[in-house]
Amino acid sequence: MLYPITATHYLVLGAAMLAIGTIGVLARRNIVVILMAIELILNAVNINLIAFSRHLGQVHGQVFAIFVITVAVAEAAVGLGILIALFRNRETVQADEINLLKW
Amino acid sequence: MWVDAFFFYLFAAITLTGAVLTITRRNAVHSAMSLILSLIGVAGLFLLQRAELLFAVQIVLYVGGIMVLFLFVIMLVNLDQAARMRQFSRQWWLALACVLAILAEIVYVLGRGSRVFQFAPPAPPAQGGNVEQVADVLFKQYLVPFELASILLLAAIVGSVIMARKRV
Amino acid sequence: MNFLELIWLIPLFPLAGAVLMLLIGRRLDPQGPSDVAVAPGVAPEGTPAAPAHHASHHGRRSRALISLLCPGTVLISLIFSIGAVAQLASLPERTWQVIKFTWVAGLPFFTQSGAPARFTADWGFLLDPLSSVMILVVTLVGFIIHVYSVGYMGHEGGYYRFFGYMNLFVFFMLMLVLANNYVLMFVGWEGVGLCSYLLIGFYFHKKSAADAGKKAFVVNRIGDAGFILGMLLMFSVFGSVRFLDVNAALSSGRFAAETTGFGVLSAMALLLFLGATGKSAQFPLYVWLPDAMEGPTPVSALIHAATMVTAGVYMVARSHHLFRLTPEASAVVLAIGAFTAILSASIALVQNDIKRVLAYSTVSQLGYMFMACGVGAYWVAIFHLYTHAFFKALLFLGSGSVIHALGGEQDMRRMGGLKDKIPITYWTMVVGALAISGIPGFAGFFSKDEILWQIYSSPQGSRVIYAVALLTAGMTAFYMWRLIFMTFHGAPRIDAHTLAHVHESPRVMTVPLVALAAGSVLAGWIGVPKLWSFLPDSFRLFEHWLAPAVSAAAHVHVAEHAHEAATEWLLMAISVAVALAGIAVARHLYVTRPERAAALRQAAGPLYTVLANKWYVDEIYDFLFVNGLGKGGGSALARFDSRIVDGGVNGAGWITRLTSALSIWWDTWIVDGAVRLTAFLVKAASFPVRLLHTGSVQAYALVIVLGATVVFAWYLMR
Repeated sequence: MLYPITATHYLVLGAAMLAIGTIGVLARRNIVVILMAIELILNAVNINLIAFSRHLGQVHGQVFAIFVITVAVAEAAVGLGILIALFRNRETVQADEINLLKW
Repeated sequence: MWVDAFFFYLFAAITLTGAVLTITRRNAVHSAMSLILSLIGVAGLFLLQRAELLFAVQIVLYVGGIMVLFLFVIMLVNLDQAARMRQFSRQWWLALACVLAILAEIVYVLGRGSRVFQFAPPAPPAQGGNVEQVADVLFKQYLVPFELASILLLAAIVGSVIMARKRV
Repeated sequence: MNFLELIWLIPLFPLAGAVLMLLIGRRLDPQGPSDVAVAPGVAPEGTPAAPAHHASHHGRRSRALISLLCPGTVLISLIFSIGAVAQLASLPERTWQVIKFTWVAGLPFFTQSGAPARFTADWGFLLDPLSSVMILVVTLVGFIIHVYSVGYMGHEGGYYRFFGYMNLFVFFMLMLVLANNYVLMFVGWEGVGLCSYLLIGFYFHKKSAADAGKKAFVVNRIGDAGFILGMLLMFSVFGSVRFLDVNAALSSGRFAAETTGFGVLSAMALLLFLGATGKSAQFPLYVWLPDAMEGPTPVSALIHAATMVTAGVYMVARSHHLFRLTPEASAVVLAIGAFTAILSASIALVQNDIKRVLAYSTVSQLGYMFMACGVGAYWVAIFHLYTHAFFKALLFLGSGSVIHALGGEQDMRRMGGLKDKIPITYWTMVVGALAISGIPGFAGFFSKDEILWQIYSSPQGSRVIYAVALLTAGMTAFYMWRLIFMTFHGAPRIDAHTLAHVHESPRVMTVPLVALAAGSVLAGWIGVPKLWSFLPDSFRLFEHWLAPAVSAAAHVHVAEHAHEAATEWLLMAISVAVALAGIAVARHLYVTRPERAAALRQAAGPLYTVLANKWYVDEIYDFLFVNGLGKGGGSALARFDSRIVDGGVNGAGWITRLTSALSIWWDTWIVDGAVRLTAFLVKAASFPVRLLHTGSVQAYALVIVLGATVVFAWYLMR
């Protein structure tokens, strides 16, 4: 099972990365770390895409992965911009201190 | 073949280690460094799968671009005080439970369908290298999404500039 | 000119006069009504001198117009009537019907026998021998009385009003007698009742006059209720109310004579007779007639002697087919007529007001007419009606002349010794008194005697009733001559001032008296009894003229056999003797030995009191009906009004409050409650959801992941 390496291994790895990234998003208070965890999730997706690309013998997965990276870049840039604006206003980067929309 | 497996496990370990460290470090810079490590590991996995372009893109863009940005922002935002405070939110246990549940579900699915995910015999390398293949598909079939992606990047640039601007 | 075609015009001439009086009368005669009937013929005291002088000078010219116009219209009606009757006489079948248009449109219904009919009444006129007699009497006597009134009412206020009402009365009376159906007759019936009310209450400022008018109208109304019911019953049985139709149905033999018991026809007859009782002042509805003397004397003469009160007799004669088929009802008519005759004669014996005596005399004579109807001798009733019109009108006008001469005095105890001072009045009244007493040769003798003979000899008559009628005749002679003697003979009991002013009435008043006196003498000679076979048949014109109208068969008993002829002669002699006896007793008591009258009064004592108080009938009615219904009814109605009517209103208010309280409750708790419930439900439902709004983005993310887990798991389970 451990050997030879099949797509399943990559998928499991992708799943693990997803899990770790999700925990990071949900459990960490620091917004920067949250953004980094989001990057982890995106990378997990990329891993899956490449695995399938290899498995199906096509390059479409890789093209898709390029787009995912593009989106990740855009999202990271904008997210960090928001973080900076938020820090300027609230003087804090802790996620649960930004709760003005509370009931 | 054992080389394959060996490198896979190596890069997988690097990736996972980096990931776990990312989310557990108190110091934000340490987290960023760990993430870089994880991304490099992912790049290695890409290379293993004969995705050379993506390997390069991953290194250059992700690590060289995004992580640098992250580091700049970390330095811009003074996180010393944040480092001294509680790191994990109050809902971490619930999050852990959920994620473990998801993980279990996914693994179960994968386990059930593992027959399907056999690697096909590797396809003969097509004419040209990986880069040519990707370029070929990218600029022929996926031209419109490509252009749209460029617009997206434009929006992101503009947006981030505006968001980060100092209020006049 | 074809007068027959124009009979519908006959009532319209006096109507024109009345309408003109209504429209321009006030302008012609601006003098207001007299406050009090101080003295008819004498200017009322209350009017200030100067304006009255000016007004009367101006008014006299306009009054002349009224004086010409109103009697003139009646004269034209008289001429048309004479013409029409003359032309009727030349027709083989003496019936002429003119229908102008259908007045009441028809509603279809089913009669008692199941035949379909329509509820119609026409504006139609029927001239046959019966109505021809009536129109001649009404217009002739009416005209004479109008002329007399010119002089009598000359100084009165409200001159135009008087003549307007009189003309209106003549119009309605002519409508009554000329109508060809019961409904139109009822119009005239009601109309003459109205005019009677208006004229009785002519001096409306006087309370007694106003009350008398009211009494007349109300008592009349009771009778009218019977008339209407009878008429409606007639509709339901025959399907029509036209005289010719009803009479044809009755004489066709489809309806059996109701010899035993009371059936539908008897009910009809009695209801109609109830109406006649009210109008013609029979017991128990006679009480209005004596009080009606509050009106001016010409009114009493025309309405309450000659014409209106005879409407009941006319109506019964018109319905003779009906009464012939219901002997029980006819017996009731006879009994009531007799009872009324003797009752009112007894009251007249002791009355002191000259007009009251004449009023009770009228009631009594009407009783005679109904007695004649009761035994089936309808032509005799009409004959007596016709002669009575002459001498009763004469007596009333004569008494008016006396009152005028004495400046308003009406109490006979303060009269006397007037026969040389007002000779024309005296001699005409003597003629009238002779006529009413039944002295041979005068009009009243022929008619009254014929009635007595019919009562005696007819199979429907009875000896007892004859005795009553005979006794009444004697009483009639007595009280009439008592009136004459007290008024004209003996020493004057008048005060000096009035005595000095006693004067004969002007010619416009005395000429009518003479005319009526002539009528009282001559009128009877067209109805001489068959017994007087020495006179040719042309002297029996009246009976022959009326025969086709009122005789169904030879029901009138004629003295055919020899011994019956002897009986008739005997009875005739007895009645004359009784009359002469009455006159003699009166003379004895009031001329020769006046003190015997006072002594007799003492001796009679309680009987005298009872008679003088009119048998307390008015008091009994007051107690039973006026107070009972009035006060009791009034208080009952007041209680009804306050409890039931006001209670209804209050109840409605209470119900409104109740419903509004319910509405409020509903609105507050149900409607508002629904709204508030909605709000509460939203709040309650949103409360747990609200908890999710932590404001923390991580929490939202957690929820998303949670949701994804659940969905993923669910898909796995399937």
